[in-house]
Amino acid sequence: MNQQSIDNNSLFAENLSCFRNEQLLFKEINFNLSSGEVLQIEGTNGSGKTSLLRILCGLAIPEEGKVSWNNQDIQDTRSQYLQDMHYIGHANGIKAELTPIENLVVAQSLTNPIGDCSCRDALAQMEIEELADVPVRKLSSGQRRRVALSRLLISEARLWLVDEPFTSLDDGGRLLVKKMFETHASAGGLAVIVTHDPLELPNIPFKKITFN
Amino acid sequence: MFGKFDKYAAPENFYLLSCKVVPWFAWACVLLTISGLAGGLFWSPPDYQQGESVRIIYIHVPSAWMSIFIYMVMASAGFVGFVWKVKIADAIARASAPLGASFTFLALATGSLWGKPMWGTWWVWDARLTSELILLFLYLGYMALQSAIEDRRMAAHAGAILAMIGVVNIPIIHYSVEWWSTLHQGATVSKMDAPSIHVSMLIPLLLMAFSFKCFYASMVLVRARSEILMSERNSSWASKLALKRDSQNA
Amino acid sequence: MHTNPLYNVFTTMLKRDLFFGMRRSSELANSLIFFLIVVTMFPFVLGTEPALLRDIYPGVIWVAALLSVTMSLDRMFNSDFEDGTLEQMLLSQHPTTFIVMAKVVAHWLLTGVPLIIASMFLGVIFGLSYESLQAILVTLLLGTPVLSLVGSAATALTVGLRGGAMLLPLIILPLYIPLLIFSVAAVNNASQGLGFTGEIYFISAILVLTITLAPFATVLSLRIRFG
Repeated sequence: MNQQSIDNNSLFAENLSCFRNEQLLFKEINFNLSSGEVLQIEGTNGSGKTSLLRILCGLAIPEEGKVSWNNQDIQDTRSQYLQDMHYIGHANGIKAELTPIENLVVAQSLTNPIGDCSCRDALAQMEIEELADVPVRKLSSGQRRRVALSRLLISEARLWLVDEPFTSLDDGGRLLVKKMFETHASAGGLAVIVTHDPLELPNIPFKKITFN
Repeated sequence: MFGKFDKYAAPENFYLLSCKVVPWFAWACVLLTISGLAGGLFWSPPDYQQGESVRIIYIHVPSAWMSIFIYMVMASAGFVGFVWKVKIADAIARASAPLGASFTFLALATGSLWGKPMWGTWWVWDARLTSELILLFLYLGYMALQSAIEDRRMAAHAGAILAMIGVVNIPIIHYSVEWWSTLHQGATVSKMDAPSIHVSMLIPLLLMAFSFKCFYASMVLVRARSEILMSERNSSWASKLALKRDSQNA
Repeated sequence: MHTNPLYNVFTTMLKRDLFFGMRRSSELANSLIFFLIVVTMFPFVLGTEPALLRDIYPGVIWVAALLSVTMSLDRMFNSDFEDGTLEQMLLSQHPTTFIVMAKVVAHWLLTGVPLIIASMFLGVIFGLSYESLQAILVTLLLGTPVLSLVGSAATALTVGLRGGAMLLPLIILPLYIPLLIFSVAAVNNASQGLGFTGEIYFISAILVLTITLAPFATVLSLRIRFG
């Protein structure tokens, strides 16, 4: 991975609008995000935050507007964009019958190349290494969230799109995750985070969109 | 891509166009039906084998033609709506389904009515009737899928995929049912064929076919415009239209 | 872990689904038991005369197989849909068709293969001739993958829908009819000592067409269902 690609990424959302069940959720959303910056999306329930995130990750197609990654429409360069981006949704995206390690191995097979951080290291960073071989169904919801978030550590994605990362996490967990975002941004990564928790990330250029 | 028709792709323009055009189709349908039925019921000769009851083919055959034609329209409209995101196409596809299912049912019912005086049974496992029955199931599955999905656009696109799967399958189903019926009935002529098509029979048949097409055209435009109104109910042009109608009626 | 990423994702997904199938082995057993129950119903209503049972066997086996596979299809995507893993599969940079094919192969191994074995077993019990058994084996070997493939497209359209359990058979069974016609005809021919290569060619053609088109249709359906 060359140095240039770490520092020169940009996410550009242009005039996005979204309909759901024939209702206009939002329109004319514009923002620009560069390497090292973090965007927080906050707002009331049902205001369209998750829909915006899903448009950003390419799952949903906006009614109007487009999303560009490094000046290319994400619908045109889908495969490359999916390599550079990782999405953690509301649901954890992990199987309850597998152990955390097994879940991470499956997640690793879906992304490529194999990252520098090994699965065990990722779990260690989330402070659940001792639970690595316990089936996820036996874990608490906070622990499951940590397993889900540890996928971010094993992927090589420059852009993180995260929906409500702090759900179910205790104070220790929140601190861990905030540090994770800080480290990622300091290393030149980008993040779009949907959360109503105040995100205090010192030294990180920070933008906010509020939905109401 | 279609030049001056592009502007009718906008929902509002389509709505107005539909209002203007439907009466023409409706009157054409009435005229064609009258002439077609007159030709079929009075002027064309009765069959020397089947007598007067052969006249039911003037409804049965055009209905069967329409059932396939409408499925093709439904699949094509679904395709256009899916690939080029044209809302009108989605509305036309959704609106066509009940019409297609009705024509299929009509074909089945008239086929059944034809069979009773001829062969004494209300149902024969004839290749064409059986294919029509399976086509009816395809229509019903399509309608069930669309009503199970709440988001209209998602329902339209899912329906489009199903309709395209159906289009690929229809020739396969048709051929295999025909093959199957020769196994079970021997290689006799299909019972539902009229013995030969004389010009005096062909003209009423074609008149009825065109009349059904006009009926479909007028009905689908009416249904499609209410589909459009339904899915665009929150937009500004719809509210303006409602206000205008209110003030006209007041 | 194999170095080729496509091979890796295919085998990982395949192993994962097989693992779940084995883990929820009661579900697999239920499919098989359902199959046996449906088959058993026919002697109840039609009589137990051995010659009759040999005659109706191909039709009964195939109808029971269709129903059993249709009922087992929701296993393919439902659980992944609910816990968010299906979303992750759609967001993988690897072609989603590979992942879908892995799931279809897993489904066939878990559902189709036990059905084939059970059918052969029943065929012996019903006293079928060697030629008939041969025919039923070949038609099932070629036909059950078609059931899983077409089923994957239909179940992708209905994943997560309320009422999806009843909607799926409605959509899928008409699509299975051609396969049913040719497979039963093949076995009937074989039981009379006639050749059945024509029917086998047609079934193979359906299989080839389905392998080519179904994964693509499934991926499109999944993309639509996710927005």
